Amino acid sequence: MRTARSRHLVSGAMIGLTYLAAVLATLPLLLILVHLLTKGASSLSLAFFTHMPRPVGEPGGGMANAIVGTLVLIGIATVIGLPIGIGAGLYLAEKKSSPLASTVRFLSDVLNGLPSIVMGIFAWEILVRPIGHFSALAGGVALGSMMIPLVTRTTEEMLLVVPTSLREAALALGYPRWRTSISVVLRTALAGIVTGALVAVARIAGETAPLLFTAIGNAFWSTSLSQPIAALPLQIFAYANSPYDEWHQQAWAGALVLIAIVLIISLAARFATRSRFGAPVD
Amino acid sequence: MTSLPVDWLEKDRRKLRVDASAFSDKVYEALTAACALVVPALVIAIALSIFAAAWPAFAKLGLSIITTSNWDVSGGHFGAAPALFGTLVSSTVALIIATPLAIGVAIFLSEFSPSWLRQPVGFLVDLLAAIPSVVYGLWGIFVLIPLLRQHVMPFLRDTLHLGATPFFSGPAYGPSMLAAGVILAIMALPYISAVSREVLMAVPRSQREAALALGATRWEMIRDAVIPYARSGIIGGIMLGLGRALGETMAVTMVIGNRLEISASLLSPGYTMASLIANEFSEATNDLHLSALMAVGAILFIITLIVNAVARWLVWSVARRRAQ
Repeated sequence: MRTARSRHLVSGAMIGLTYLAAVLATLPLLLILVHLLTKGASSLSLAFFTHMPRPVGEPGGGMANAIVGTLVLIGIATVIGLPIGIGAGLYLAEKKSSPLASTVRFLSDVLNGLPSIVMGIFAWEILVRPIGHFSALAGGVALGSMMIPLVTRTTEEMLLVVPTSLREAALALGYPRWRTSISVVLRTALAGIVTGALVAVARIAGETAPLLFTAIGNAFWSTSLSQPIAALPLQIFAYANSPYDEWHQQAWAGALVLIAIVLIISLAARFATRSRFGAPVD
Repeated sequence: MTSLPVDWLEKDRRKLRVDASAFSDKVYEALTAACALVVPALVIAIALSIFAAAWPAFAKLGLSIITTSNWDVSGGHFGAAPALFGTLVSSTVALIIATPLAIGVAIFLSEFSPSWLRQPVGFLVDLLAAIPSVVYGLWGIFVLIPLLRQHVMPFLRDTLHLGATPFFSGPAYGPSMLAAGVILAIMALPYISAVSREVLMAVPRSQREAALALGATRWEMIRDAVIPYARSGIIGGIMLGLGRALGETMAVTMVIGNRLEISASLLSPGYTMASLIANEFSEATNDLHLSALMAVGAILFIITLIVNAVARWLVWSVARRRAQ
């Protein structure tokens, strides 16, 4: 028979272990951030943002084309993913329990879990293979397809927070349904939806695997949608796998810039959520 | 005399407005429904495009793509069994490392954390999911792999004498199944812990209070009253993490060593299905090679589809029970 004392000892030890788990789980993030800062900052300069990549052996050089390329890809993805995602989210929130809504909800979750490489293969098969060459557009479509289910689910979640009384009040005032949805319900949940959109952008900004099949990268300056385009993640991947020290340095600098982009977007998303809770929702 | 036409007009206008809003409601409904239909259409399009691309290889090689292990491009042999093996082993290693940590963090955050620590620790763990996989890969190559090769691998093999088992025997390569497992563990952790935390928070207070009132210690309360209640949700979270790990491409490609061999030792290099596709895609010279890679992709698609569907179903079953 175990004594009360030993039971409390076990309890204390297990609680201690959960503290340890918390420390161990946050450790990798801190390590990664420290390494990024120490290794990346030393090779980061103004030239990194304004210059093109240079061949091995030539000092300097930057990733201007890759930074712009990443922004172009994010832009295309957002143009595709955001409107469709918000539209689908509106549908899910308004037809909560229709068979189509439950199917769409389930499939969105399943899509969110699919490997990003699968999205790459899909975009390659519909936009690269038939046309015959890689393109920024294909990359944007791959990333945009990843955004749709993400935005759909967060939009729905945010819309469900809006009290029904608001919707009923608008309808009672004679607003048609579509205006109620757009200028009352959507408007109330806007901050949350912005958060969801930003989280989705942060998710796709660093994606590499789908781009291997679509945008493929470009050593030169290009912003054309029909041509291959450079992207930060692709450049980091190529440089990290190269045997040259200078390129490794550039890869760290690129990773620091990429993570800065992602973190700024994530923090903005958090800020947008905070103001949502500040707003008089009820 | 003068007022009658105005009344008529007013009435007409009102009727017109009602008709217009009924029409615009229809348009609005059709538009949102069309957006919603994009999601199932996308799933079908993805499945069709992958299987179309994989078809020539399946027709010619059948299931030998995953049952044989001779991958010889010039000879026309495409057996990706080592890649399937590598995918399963690296993900298993990842889950073995990540699951206790993730559940530990989730319990910490939902039960024991001082309130001032809850937000920052939760945020840091969530942030792990925001780091791009190529950055994990970079960190893996230049920080994790040297650390594993110089300290962890010799420690496991020699100091703990695990070298006697086949799992830790042989020379300690840097890029290895173990390195892939560790990176994947870090990447899967935030997904498992986020879902676990959510389902733990959903356990009713009465469940906890009843256990404490019966004289349980705080740990016994967690073990006997909270975890059993949240079990299927936690398993769903683990499966979501598994889905992530199975399909993860870049970070794994950068640290696993990319060797198509089946080796029991975690210290030696391996390959995964996703990294096989990523690495060979740009070099694929003939149609059969390309199609074989797509066939590997199709199998990966099916595996992750099943894992994710089961995971969602498990998490939902907990949410449904809470709603009742």
